[in-house]
Amino acid sequence: MRFKRYKNTRQYEPILPGSRDWPVVQLSRNRKEFMAEVKEASFQRIKAITRNKTALIEELEITLFKERARIRQNPWKVDPDDDLSFWRNVKARLLDISNNKETEGEEADKILYSIIDRYAEEIMGNFNPSHYRFARRVATFGFSRLLNAGRVKKFGSFWSNRLSMDDKIHITGEVEHLRTLAKKGNIVIVPTHFSNLDSILIGWVIYTLGLPPVIYGAGLNLFNIGVIAYFMNSLGAYKVDRRKKNVIYLETLKAYSAIALSKGCQSLFFPGGTRSRSGKVEKNLKLGLLGTAVEAQRQNYQEKKEKGEKIFIVPVSLNYHFVLEAPSLINEYLERKGQERYYVENDEFSSSYRIITFLFKFFTKGSDISVSVGKPMDVLGNPVDFEGNSLDKHQRVIDTMDYFISNDKITINKQREEEYTRMLSLKIVDQYSKIARIFSSHLVAFVGFEIIKKRNKKLDLYSLLRLPEEEQIISYDEFKDTCERLRSKIMERVEEGTMSVAQHMKEDIDEIIKHGLHNVGMYHAKRPLIQTKEGDITTMDLNILYYYRNRLDGYGLEKYI
Amino acid sequence: MASKNIYDKPVGVIGAGSFGIAVSNLLAENNEVLLYARNPDVVQEIQEERLCNGMKLHDKITAINDLEQLAQKCDIIFPVVPSANFRDMIKTLSPFLHPYHILIHGTKGLNLSLPEGKSLNDIKVLERHHIKTMSEVIMDESVVIRVGCLAGPNLAKEIAAGQPAATVVASHFNEVIQAGQQLLRSDRFQVYGNPDLTGIELCGVLKNIIAIGSGALSGLGLGENAKALLISRGMIEMIYLGKALGGDIQSFIGLAGIGDLMATSNSTLSRNFTVGNRLANGESLNEILATMDEVAEGVNTIRIAKKIADSFKLRTPITEVLHKVLFDNLTMEEAVQYLMKYPLNVDIDFM
Repeated sequence: MRFKRYKNTRQYEPILPGSRDWPVVQLSRNRKEFMAEVKEASFQRIKAITRNKTALIEELEITLFKERARIRQNPWKVDPDDDLSFWRNVKARLLDISNNKETEGEEADKILYSIIDRYAEEIMGNFNPSHYRFARRVATFGFSRLLNAGRVKKFGSFWSNRLSMDDKIHITGEVEHLRTLAKKGNIVIVPTHFSNLDSILIGWVIYTLGLPPVIYGAGLNLFNIGVIAYFMNSLGAYKVDRRKKNVIYLETLKAYSAIALSKGCQSLFFPGGTRSRSGKVEKNLKLGLLGTAVEAQRQNYQEKKEKGEKIFIVPVSLNYHFVLEAPSLINEYLERKGQERYYVENDEFSSSYRIITFLFKFFTKGSDISVSVGKPMDVLGNPVDFEGNSLDKHQRVIDTMDYFISNDKITINKQREEEYTRMLSLKIVDQYSKIARIFSSHLVAFVGFEIIKKRNKKLDLYSLLRLPEEEQIISYDEFKDTCERLRSKIMERVEEGTMSVAQHMKEDIDEIIKHGLHNVGMYHAKRPLIQTKEGDITTMDLNILYYYRNRLDGYGLEKYI
Repeated sequence: MASKNIYDKPVGVIGAGSFGIAVSNLLAENNEVLLYARNPDVVQEIQEERLCNGMKLHDKITAINDLEQLAQKCDIIFPVVPSANFRDMIKTLSPFLHPYHILIHGTKGLNLSLPEGKSLNDIKVLERHHIKTMSEVIMDESVVIRVGCLAGPNLAKEIAAGQPAATVVASHFNEVIQAGQQLLRSDRFQVYGNPDLTGIELCGVLKNIIAIGSGALSGLGLGENAKALLISRGMIEMIYLGKALGGDIQSFIGLAGIGDLMATSNSTLSRNFTVGNRLANGESLNEILATMDEVAEGVNTIRIAKKIADSFKLRTPITEVLHKVLFDNLTMEEAVQYLMKYPLNVDIDFM
């Protein structure tokens, strides 16, 4: 079953042709100065938070405690060999300083500095333009080889060029707007996050759109695997370790991001922080890294007044029929939400074998992906026009610098910027729900789950998920009617501009259902939805069905079931 | 007495009603004030006689009639106009506002933002986005986001008489709270801060319902037990409504909540109290409104709050019964009987 191809044939010219002009290249060329700046800024940030030496020493002790616990309980392959000895040394130094009250403050500063030094070096990516080009070529080449080998079923098709990545991945939305703004200011891309594949996918998208490479935070766990680590490094990733939740680490990370941004490096954050466990589109964004965009914007204005480079935030929605990690993500979600039971974090991307089989499956089977680029905005969430001007609701131009002014001066006010970041995050979430492209598979999953739920109104979620198999069967007619009704409601929203659908959602409803059933969670051992021999609809795994259903959560569509 | 200014620029006040004047006078103790009045005659009266509504004006207050000038000269503005005119006023002011402006309003009412051509009666179920607090109106209509509000037991006439009092400045922004504190604080006026903007706005809005009830009890000649019953149960209705609209419960037990409720319910000076009092004496709502020279916000608030209670399925017998008295010709005596027959409830179920 295949729909006609809605092929995106547009080719995008690179915006900055020579790699020498890329800010990220400038940054890695001046690595030493940059790192010194990051370390100094981190130091100042932490000093500002801790205020006096007692508080600083306490912070150091907390960090030490957390780090030792991490080394003991959750070691990763990527951790440096001297991890334990470094922290032992910190412990010894902390013990020492309490002996001498006079030099206490000075010594504490030194310890702090050595920790920051370690963290900053760990975070810093290792971008290299020739590696970037090489890695990108390998990726594109490899992807299209896989693609052709899998899809064009002819001998020797491994070398065919009939299909390219463009057939696989559709990019829609405000692409021209994004490209225009990339020439006028600095871009921060904020995508939704469902799968570990996102990091790789978005890198490809940025290249395809002709944008200079971005720097982005990638989970340190991805660097566990040698090959992936090489690609990550080459594609401009810096490392984020989600195990390290201490203030010193977080502030170093923020300083890194803020300084890179104000140096004009295009950046990318996954503002959800981590992959969506429930399958829902992110509603509560992590404000830490996002806040560095607001901070960098203020810094730009402080340094150059109205000539300060403007920062544009571009929400991007990544839409899949299938998320490899769905089974473990949803189980983790249910466990966390259910009872405070201890759970072991499961990582599908932990072995090279698994990731390669996944990539192979992904590129050889017909599961398409779409990437929707949302409306660009300024750091306050105001829409911007093609010139880069921020606009208010009445289309009047707003001077973004005014947001940072108090009493005729640009002032630093942390609390104000935190509040701005919170407001920005609401605007991003709003864009997500508008641009998330609804696929046939999301529709069928939602309808399937909600019909079963409606029949069992009195059950709570956990009892519902344990429903006996014989009660999970839905007649095709009922299923089809409900799908049709829901589709028309979704189409009304599309007209209003509050939802988006993939092209295939405009086909005949039987076709959509077929397409949806075929695609929803297609590589899972237990399929979320299947058609029985009798033609009825049922599920093999309610948990996974719930995961895919959640993509349509939050639109208030339940009432039409 | 020529005291120093805190800011180089004057501070703006919009609205020359009794509370607008009271706020201007408080501000004038610390800073130069520009007071906007819509009516040019009022501006002239203020400038020539230094009097308005029978209240004396501080020397540092200058009255003007030009919103554009006000927005240009002042970075910090206190809008204090009735809720019915609030949106229009902000719309007119909006082209002159910039993101560096700070607006701290003192209006205790709600605004409805219904689909075009619909009135409250046409809407079956009111949703949260239909209901706007004044800070939400400001952010709807202008680019200003550093917004705050003033609420608390602040009877204009007592402030004018120089009696000690206190208020709450609420905002998501610490700098707005600080600005409010610096500008309003004096030997006879304390200023507390609260980050729960919505909660504090709703305290000020919802207490007016109970104030009308309190006026009615007094009009019926009932005593302290009845009033205490009304205030404490009224407080709980305020909390139900406030919580449903996104306020924090804690805010309601503070100065702007219980504090303002006490003052408004006990004061015969309050307009809402007067409305209740006259209702109990048999006058109809139309008769009362025809003879009042300033707006009693509580009347409109009851209309909206009743709809909110229905839409959000909240149990608010006092609001409902007052709604019947105001709009369905129920008498106050009948209202009291109804409330006393109301089935027993749990005392506290919201904590």
